[in-house]
Amino acid sequence: MALVIPKETYSGKIYNVQLGSGAKAVTIGGASALPFLGFEGTFPNRPAVALEVMDIAPDDWPETLKKAIGSAGSNPVQWAKFCQQSGADMVALRLMGTHPDQKNKSPEEAAKIAAEVAAAIDIPLMILGSGHAEKDTQVLQAAAAATRGKNCAIGKAVEENYKTVAAAAMANDHKLIAMSQLDVNLAKQLNILLTQMGFDKERIIMDPMSSALGYGLEYTYSVMERIRLAALLQNDPMMQTPIVCDIGANVWKVKETMASDAEMPEWGGLEDRALAWESVTASAMITAGADMLIMRHPGAAAKAKEVISELMG
Amino acid sequence: MIVIGEKISVIAKKVREALGKKDPKPLQELAVAQDKAGAHFIDISIGPAEENGPELMDWAVKVLQEVVEKPLCLDTTNIKAMEAGLKAHNNAWGVPIINSTSNEPERFPMMELAGKYNAKIIALTLGKGSIPADAEDRCGIAAEIMARAMENGVPMENLFLDPLILQLCTMQDQGLQAIRAVKMFQQLNDPPMQTVVGLSNISNGAPKHVRPIINRNFLTMLIYEGLSAAIIDPLDKDMMDTVKTVEVIMGKKMYAHSYLDM
Repeated sequence: MALVIPKETYSGKIYNVQLGSGAKAVTIGGASALPFLGFEGTFPNRPAVALEVMDIAPDDWPETLKKAIGSAGSNPVQWAKFCQQSGADMVALRLMGTHPDQKNKSPEEAAKIAAEVAAAIDIPLMILGSGHAEKDTQVLQAAAAATRGKNCAIGKAVEENYKTVAAAAMANDHKLIAMSQLDVNLAKQLNILLTQMGFDKERIIMDPMSSALGYGLEYTYSVMERIRLAALLQNDPMMQTPIVCDIGANVWKVKETMASDAEMPEWGGLEDRALAWESVTASAMITAGADMLIMRHPGAAAKAKEVISELMG
Repeated sequence: MIVIGEKISVIAKKVREALGKKDPKPLQELAVAQDKAGAHFIDISIGPAEENGPELMDWAVKVLQEVVEKPLCLDTTNIKAMEAGLKAHNNAWGVPIINSTSNEPERFPMMELAGKYNAKIIALTLGKGSIPADAEDRCGIAAEIMARAMENGVPMENLFLDPLILQLCTMQDQGLQAIRAVKMFQQLNDPPMQTVVGLSNISNGAPKHVRPIINRNFLTMLIYEGLSAAIIDPLDKDMMDTVKTVEVIMGKKMYAHSYLDM
């Protein structure tokens, strides 16, 4: 008797979300089966890799990163162009300088930089606040307005500020990144609340809260797996949004990406080790179903794209 | 669980009058309300309609599908009216359900229609003569109906077995027998057979204020045993909240604080 491969049938499907416009527009999502199970469903879109840029120089980033970015890091527009030239599918502009503990830049300053970056690149743009829930409401409102018509992804909307951030995305025709803290039920709840305020669920990208290899990555991919099972098997419309994994910010804070060769001779050379740490973290998230990744090192991003190419076949 | 909205029934005065006058508005309003409340199918019951059955069903199906993008559950004992409804139905919104066949010879043509139009069909486990005594009796009738479905080219996944809900106030043991039957029906096939109930029969004859309590608790027990579909009133919020809550407890839907709003 011939071998019959048991197949799961899925009733749900992930929404397609388009970012940017023109020839370099990126569409993510669309999966109709668990990640890369091509014999069970279709995967019309490749996961997109975004490289991260800040509105301030990356002074507190590890040396390996600073070396890779070089002089472009001193200017957000140059830095964004550098990311585009490095082969990124998208640029993720993190407005870190607006954080009250950083440079406490004004929303207007942030908006100006966002507009300049958007004008300088033709790949899609993601605009992230500093993670200060209160300040982010003003910063993202201004930045969303300044980039109106660019079809960006704006975020992150969290429990404390989702109304204002979502309103800013809605008013300016952007997509929204909604983040909850490693909890499937809270992720669903946030999507319900956004939908109830009139935000189209098909314009949401879910951030399950990422981590780095060795630092709780398994919690993230467990949450992602449960989100996808609810989306595909239970046909839960609140769970059918694409997923973004913000990994660079986590990876480049752990000892493995910073400890020098002299400090940790048994760990191997720092540069190879650090790049491997980010690309392996990315691979895990890709296989868990990430539709979009935010990364920091162009070399690691290139490796992640290789993995994607192999998996997409 | 599949919710079949029962509000458009000839038993209701408002519906009966609208069907009589061919006034689409009351029917359309009920269809839209049930659609919004989460019904997956809208039942349209025109009764036997001996005079103008085919024409009435054709009209009703068309006016309802003008306002809701949902498949309908066609409810009549009139074979010609059923066929007219199947012809008029817009399958772009899903395949319709024939409500219903049984093991009574006069209902056999309904199964033929299910084969001919590739429709879903509800089969009451009711034979010629007396009502079924227990769950085992119902399974025997179900097996005969399943054989007839196969003869008519109706795939098992299109068949919904209905254990026949009887009223609790006069046949108290039958409630439990229906629950057992829902569990046993599923074992008659792999993949499991689908099941359906006309829920409110359970509380027929009981005082008005008691009826919703009986209905909701009975439904909870049925869903626990794997019930696939129920003909209920989706505008009854307590009823829909019960369905959602049981599905969350059963792990069929993911919990969120606002799960009742979805």
